[in-house]
Amino acid sequence: MTEQNAQNRNIADRLNTPLHSAVFSWPTLLLVVAIGLFILNVFASPYFLSPWALSDATFNFTEKAIIAFAMALLIISGEIDLSVAAIIALSSTMMGLALQFGVGTPTLVLIGTLTGLACGVFNGLLVTGLGLPSIVITIGTMSFFRGISFMILGDKAFNGYPESFAFFGQGYVWWVISFEFVLFIIIALAYYILLHRTNFGRHVFAIGNNPVAAQFSGVRVARVKFLLFCLVGLMSGIAAVLLTSRLGSTRPSIAQGWELEVITMVVLGGVAILGGSGTIQGVFVAAFVMGLISFGLGLLNVPGIVMSIFIGALLIVVIALPILTNMLKERRL
Amino acid sequence: MSVPQIKLSKITKTFPGVRALSEVDLALYPGQVTALIGENGAGKSTLVKTMTGIYQPDGGEIFVAGKAVNLQSPHAAFQLGITAIHQETVLFDELTVAENIFLGHSPKTRFNLIDWVEMNSRARALLDDIGASHIATDVRLKDVSIANKHLVAVARALSIEADVVIMDEPTAALSYKEIEDLFTLVEKLKSDGKAILFISHKFDEIYRLADRYTVFRDGEMVGEGLLADTPQNEIVEMMVGRSVEQIFPSRTLDIGEPILTVQNFSHPTEFADISFDLHKGEILGFYGLVGAGRSEVMQALFGMTHGTSGVITSQGKTISPKSPAEAIQSGIVYLPEERGKQGVILDLPIFQNISLPSLSTTSRNGFLRMAKEFELARTYATRLDLRAASLDQHAGTLSGGNQQKVVIAKWLAIQPNIIILDEPTKGIDIGSKAAVHAFMGELVEQGLSVIMVSSEIPEVLGMSDRVVVMREGRMASVFNNDDTLTAETLIRCAAGIEEQAA
Repeated sequence: MTEQNAQNRNIADRLNTPLHSAVFSWPTLLLVVAIGLFILNVFASPYFLSPWALSDATFNFTEKAIIAFAMALLIISGEIDLSVAAIIALSSTMMGLALQFGVGTPTLVLIGTLTGLACGVFNGLLVTGLGLPSIVITIGTMSFFRGISFMILGDKAFNGYPESFAFFGQGYVWWVISFEFVLFIIIALAYYILLHRTNFGRHVFAIGNNPVAAQFSGVRVARVKFLLFCLVGLMSGIAAVLLTSRLGSTRPSIAQGWELEVITMVVLGGVAILGGSGTIQGVFVAAFVMGLISFGLGLLNVPGIVMSIFIGALLIVVIALPILTNMLKERRL
Repeated sequence: MSVPQIKLSKITKTFPGVRALSEVDLALYPGQVTALIGENGAGKSTLVKTMTGIYQPDGGEIFVAGKAVNLQSPHAAFQLGITAIHQETVLFDELTVAENIFLGHSPKTRFNLIDWVEMNSRARALLDDIGASHIATDVRLKDVSIANKHLVAVARALSIEADVVIMDEPTAALSYKEIEDLFTLVEKLKSDGKAILFISHKFDEIYRLADRYTVFRDGEMVGEGLLADTPQNEIVEMMVGRSVEQIFPSRTLDIGEPILTVQNFSHPTEFADISFDLHKGEILGFYGLVGAGRSEVMQALFGMTHGTSGVITSQGKTISPKSPAEAIQSGIVYLPEERGKQGVILDLPIFQNISLPSLSTTSRNGFLRMAKEFELARTYATRLDLRAASLDQHAGTLSGGNQQKVVIAKWLAIQPNIIILDEPTKGIDIGSKAAVHAFMGELVEQGLSVIMVSSEIPEVLGMSDRVVVMREGRMASVFNNDDTLTAETLIRCAAGIEEQAA
């Protein structure tokens, strides 16, 4: 822009239209990847295109994605929660414990979600109260929560969940559309609105970019962070209900390693691991990408341990990618 | 006269947009203390960094003992025997006293390992030499008191065979007793034949210790000579200068009722007994030396600091803001000194920066209304003559002056009653400065009240209706800014110099 134009004081609202920005964005690129993977899967297996197989494939990611949406907000704010899988274990164990006293399905669901919420409150209080890095605190609570679960269960398992309880993880709302998938879509929409359409979401971005300046601008930084930990805990509790219902049993090793898959999903979705930027659209597409990858690897009879290597490698690549592109850009300058 | 130990000739150093040093000269003689005097921002620190090899000058020459040298790194300066004692020294808590003293140049054994015996005995000798025989050499620094840490820093500076010792406000963090000890040390160094550069704001210290003086103003050397021949008044005049007139907006004084009353506002460590009134439509200046506690008072008023006592009354109501959010609700906003860290959020778009504290008014039931945000941002960006290509570009892409306008726009958008500006024109270009000044004039005409913390005397005198001067966490005085208030009075008051009979 020339000096003369500036003199006119004509400042445009936007340089690019929102549509232009949306087309040239990470979620769009990711969508292309997802379509590519979909086509690969079609070639890999003749059964993949059947509606029931597609429906089955969604169970691979819906529970993790439900946590990932809340985790995305937390990571954007500059914090992280490594204890989510342990929260699932504890929530599931609490449900199993309640089962021994013969409670009904509604109470089971309530106990599962409330245990998750309580764990989130605990994490949130520790992080905002002590002012310690959440990565350290939640490594601690990770073994703490799962430790309780092991203490209660030992090498045993809780079985015998009521039949009505099975609906959450195994039920279908209509034809091949599962309850989990519907819930996933609803929660995705809710988090899209929360992050991109509310004051709360704007505060999350402000905190992630510069917590000091956000505080100076009247944002209640500690309160927002606390609420984010509560949300992540609550979502982990909901995921615990779904997973327990799907498996029909509780073991203390339930959902082992899920925290990595959830965080990989978030980072793959374009959320900056150091906070400050990201979109729910990205995480939404990333959930499908991860689901398609693990389903495809499953079709190829790849053993679980190789899958975990793959997930780890994926996490490193998506974290390194923005750093490497920045290095390249700087070299060019 | 003897040859100067170090001589700087026509040294120039520029930073983007600022000429920090402009063809300055300085000479230090063996066995003499030279005082470097100047206001904040006069270029003293830049000069010290040039002499110790941290900055490379853009022009000019440096001579050590008559020979032209090139100080391309701190190490080079070290080897030429130039050492500096800073106001805040960087030492290592987990290392021992001896290790701190010799870090980077410790004595080595034949096998190139640290010679601990030699190191400890040399550290012992150094400490004894500066009158610190009570400090053990093998304790960790974290177990040493603050005052003793300072002595360790001095010992570190003297652990090289230094001929030139630079002391950058060495007394700023010391108590009266410790200052006396330091003076004894300076006398000793002087009698050892070292050339000493002594930087201080305190005139009593300067007159007591120094033989010569050099005065800097706005990056230029404006005077030098022997202290014995020069009265204080003359030096103060040189510091301030006569011709640094800037144009400040004139306005008709129309000051109303008190809008903010602060009584006995105190903090356990930062400040005590601050009491003042702020009237409607008034600009109240806060002047003082760096570290006088002005920003601390303002941040406490803004709810950033806890543990304060005292009574704050705003518009008839007693308030005690515990967070910025609460202060903002009472109509008080604060424009922080550190623009990049505390003011703008560099990676958020301009319009989101401006609307951040106003979201409750631009949104409906907690849901964003972007159109309203753009409207709000556009209103204030236009009023402040913001130079930007679009409102959704990141604030970090703007120049410093325009970033400051974004922060000001952010605060005006919430329509506050009281706006606290902490060094509002620090580090921004002349054009933006004038815009900020003009805007402050407009603000008070609309009935806002402004508190302006500033270390720039022309700005304080040009803008304020009244001036509060702070010194060492307390209020030194309050002046009405009529024609009789001079820069000399403010400097004297801030530095604690008694008014002399004319």
